[in-house]
Amino acid sequence: MTEQFKMDAPATDRRLDGMAQGLVGAPLDRPEGPLKVSGTATYADEYRLENLAHGMLVRAPGNSGRVRLANRDAVAAMPGVLAVIHDPRLLRNPAQGTANKAPVQDANEAHYLGQPVALVVAESFEHARHAAHALKIELEGGTPRPVDPETAAIEPQSSKGLDQGDLDRAMTEAVHAVDVTYRTPSHSSAPMEPHASIAQWDGENLTLRGSYQMLKYNRNELADALGIHPDRVRILAPYVGGGFGSKLGLAPEAVAAAIAAKETGRPVSVALTRPQVFETTMRRSETRQRIRLAADAEGRLAGIGQAALVSNLPGEVFAEPVLQATHFLYAGENRRLSLDLARVHRLCAGSVRAPGEAVGITVLECAMDELAEAAGIDPVELRRRNIPEKDPESGKEFSSRRFREALDSGAEAFGWSDRPATRSRREGEWWIGYGMASAARVNVLMESRARVTLAPDGSAKVETDMTDIGTGTYAILGQIAGEMLGLPRDRVEVVLGDTDLPPASGSGGSWGAASSGTSVYVACQAIRAQLAERLGVAETELTLKDGQAVFDNRTETLAEILKGDEIAKEGHVLPGDTSKAVRQATFGAYFVEVAVNGVTGETRVRRMHGSFAAGRILNAKTARSQCLGGMIFGIGMALTEELAFDDRDGHVANHNLAEYHIPVNADVPQITVELLEERDDWASPLQAKGIGELGICGAAGAIVNAIHNATGVRVRDFPATLDKVIAGL
Amino acid sequence: MRPFDYHRATAPDDAARAAASGGTFIAGGTNLVDLMKLEVMAPERLVDITRLDMRGIEETGDGGLRIGALVSNTDLANDARVRRDWPVLSRALLSGATQQLRNKATTGGNLLQRTRCLYFYDRAMPCNKREPGSGCGAMEGFNRILAVLGTSDHCIATHPSDMAVAMMALGAEVEIARAGGNTERLPLDDLYLLPGDTPERETVLAPGDLITAVILPAPVAGRQSYRKVRDRASYAFALVSVAAVVAVEDGKVARADLAFGGLAPKPWRDKDVEAALLGQPPSEALFDKAADILLAKAQGHGANDFKIPLARRVLSAVLTELTEGAAA
Repeated sequence: MTEQFKMDAPATDRRLDGMAQGLVGAPLDRPEGPLKVSGTATYADEYRLENLAHGMLVRAPGNSGRVRLANRDAVAAMPGVLAVIHDPRLLRNPAQGTANKAPVQDANEAHYLGQPVALVVAESFEHARHAAHALKIELEGGTPRPVDPETAAIEPQSSKGLDQGDLDRAMTEAVHAVDVTYRTPSHSSAPMEPHASIAQWDGENLTLRGSYQMLKYNRNELADALGIHPDRVRILAPYVGGGFGSKLGLAPEAVAAAIAAKETGRPVSVALTRPQVFETTMRRSETRQRIRLAADAEGRLAGIGQAALVSNLPGEVFAEPVLQATHFLYAGENRRLSLDLARVHRLCAGSVRAPGEAVGITVLECAMDELAEAAGIDPVELRRRNIPEKDPESGKEFSSRRFREALDSGAEAFGWSDRPATRSRREGEWWIGYGMASAARVNVLMESRARVTLAPDGSAKVETDMTDIGTGTYAILGQIAGEMLGLPRDRVEVVLGDTDLPPASGSGGSWGAASSGTSVYVACQAIRAQLAERLGVAETELTLKDGQAVFDNRTETLAEILKGDEIAKEGHVLPGDTSKAVRQATFGAYFVEVAVNGVTGETRVRRMHGSFAAGRILNAKTARSQCLGGMIFGIGMALTEELAFDDRDGHVANHNLAEYHIPVNADVPQITVELLEERDDWASPLQAKGIGELGICGAAGAIVNAIHNATGVRVRDFPATLDKVIAGL
Repeated sequence: MRPFDYHRATAPDDAARAAASGGTFIAGGTNLVDLMKLEVMAPERLVDITRLDMRGIEETGDGGLRIGALVSNTDLANDARVRRDWPVLSRALLSGATQQLRNKATTGGNLLQRTRCLYFYDRAMPCNKREPGSGCGAMEGFNRILAVLGTSDHCIATHPSDMAVAMMALGAEVEIARAGGNTERLPLDDLYLLPGDTPERETVLAPGDLITAVILPAPVAGRQSYRKVRDRASYAFALVSVAAVVAVEDGKVARADLAFGGLAPKPWRDKDVEAALLGQPPSEALFDKAADILLAKAQGHGANDFKIPLARRVLSAVLTELTEGAAA
């Protein structure tokens, strides 16, 4: 039986606050954690199926021309080789998140260097890799393709922009004006687990063990790519070793594995090598952003402009949503926001952690730092003065917004008042500086389903195709069910990552916890109602704790109430009117101390603090970990991470972890996180908002602002590598 | 990975025989195995030398140290004598790679590691080192990590070792068991070839020649430093590194043994730079002059232009650090 709930009105009852088990919000460990750190959680490519064959993708060596396999027969005859597959259904570009389809794109035409164009299948991984190296791909009739966004054809994304008031005039009349252009490079998600799939057919039914974030979409995408009915496809992804957006949509290896398994009649594994992860999975678009800020003598904004240039392959609809939170973060009645999409033949651009805000707010916050300097106003105070009363474009109220508190509390916790004057504090060779930035990220609730079964013995099981990509889904869904049903955490089993289970929102866009959590909540509400009915009391009079029901001064165990029956309910949440009625977003503030070497320009982050407000916190430990991860991503974005493209053919030059520099432990200092108490009745009946990506939405800006405070050097071209710093020292 | 034969060597001459005809030595394999997976290197035969007796660190009669070619980077870095008398070497080793890699990597292998040039690693790209005559993809490509000294029109690869830079500054020699049966000693500087027209040839070693040890000369008076500049705090190759042994006597530079990493196809030592410093009172102007000499012929290729001013800054900082307060 399905209980449907549509989020049409604020959930002011705040039922979770009235529950007795005390699980929601508690900093509980992830139940699957010991499996993961002991190597006993089985990831997609670790299933040693009987008769398993191995496939290796082969890439296009250029970005244009018809693909020809020059020595196909010779490769097919190599030792151990089972098949050489060159099939038009091979995915050229990975599917975008929530695409829900993956139509045939004509993989016979090369569009970017690195594009998978063939698959070699062999008895072992080593045989497959060797034969893949031997397969000679020739491109016929190619023409030069644009690879540089600065010179490529542009498609304005007018629906994303805004022109309100008169920004030019506001800039002319401003007492303090900033007009600066920043650049951010492309990033790779670089998850620890490379993308991998094992496909296995049973007659016309396909089972895919994959590493994916959004299974209900991935199932439809895989079916679409193969031209079969989705009912024939089952995807299993109980453990996912990081995704950061790169596993939202179906990727080439899944389709290739499915085609190969069909052709060879054997289960086939296709795992990407590390260079392939960099070359063929989603990149974050590079951006060029011109920011204009017009302020009065007190630093109050009269105008904001953000003109962004991003890029993608021809035909792709995704345009990095740079402007997303600029629409509402700060006041200013004259606003001009615009987004242009350049068509280039680099690998596909899509969602990488916090698409939009990660780069859009980071750059806006650097420009705000420049305004604070120009106006002689403390950067925190400048932000405080520009918090809008309502959404400055739509006039809607904010659903909840402890932005000012995050600024104040964060500044206090960090010791912001000790901030040195620009280029004034030195310790030996090192310049010391403080920097800060605001954090903002849109909040979204998505459709999601989960089944909760209360067994006769009073234990519960939660089942959904929701994924846990290292985020803590196993932990929080068990906490919500335990809280609602009055069960200790170890009396609730959580089963995830199987498309045979009720379809969930998937993990992405920071919406997974609140959306899938609400579906569990709704199912538990229905179970509570049935328990109450059995007892003849109102559901609201029922207190459930430690497997017992307390009502009318009586106590009964759940087993006694259930009398051998089980109660199974499916919760189904749908977004509703509240997503339009108010502006929903999460907020925060980052504070950073850096040391910049006066000789070499090397920057070391010494300490970092974040204060965040994201509605009710479901698990203080996993929420904190999400923030830490985002802030560490911010360190990489500020200082080292950049997909380096060769200007001549657009290929990713630094396609390995040795030269694509994500932060290592030595780059990451003590980081503190403060989670502010908040309830957002408009966001979900849990009063929770998404927190998964908030940690990166401006973090890099705080670091680059600190570099300026330390040295007086403004780096407007991310990342702030030492060469850019010494150029100004 | 291409199929290959495997031979486990039982003695140096057995190793030499096995390697003389198409064999490649393998010890730690921290670089070779990666390159084999990518088929950038595809040896027909691997000659495993890890069972040979080359793990000792022994004192030589004249106060130096003989380091067996199979001594791991970890063991060498932690050796008490090295830490006391040749600290520049210990620091250089510890600034390289990661603990896990240092546990596997050997002294001989470290000297012979291949460049990290991204075009060398990518078989879709031209590379004169990997495929002579195919061209250099890096020259006009992404060359941030590549060389500004000692390059040719055919190759701008850098040598990635930290250890070798320190050994170069220390005047180390390499002991080589020649395939013919002789054992020779060669100054480390003479082991390496510059790319010229043949970037595929990186050393003077002939097939079957085996590095059996590195000899450090007796320690000398002076201060030692290894300074490495890189893109992140750990686990990154040097953009610029300087190994230095510097002594000041009577207010004048009495010793300035300098070697540089990240700048050239080999650990770089320039005797003219050292000559310019010797006998002179340390000063900023003097260090500037030394940098002028070092970098007179330096040539950037766009993304690596910054290495030239960076090398100047780092050299000056190292010399300042090692001469400060020593003038008395």
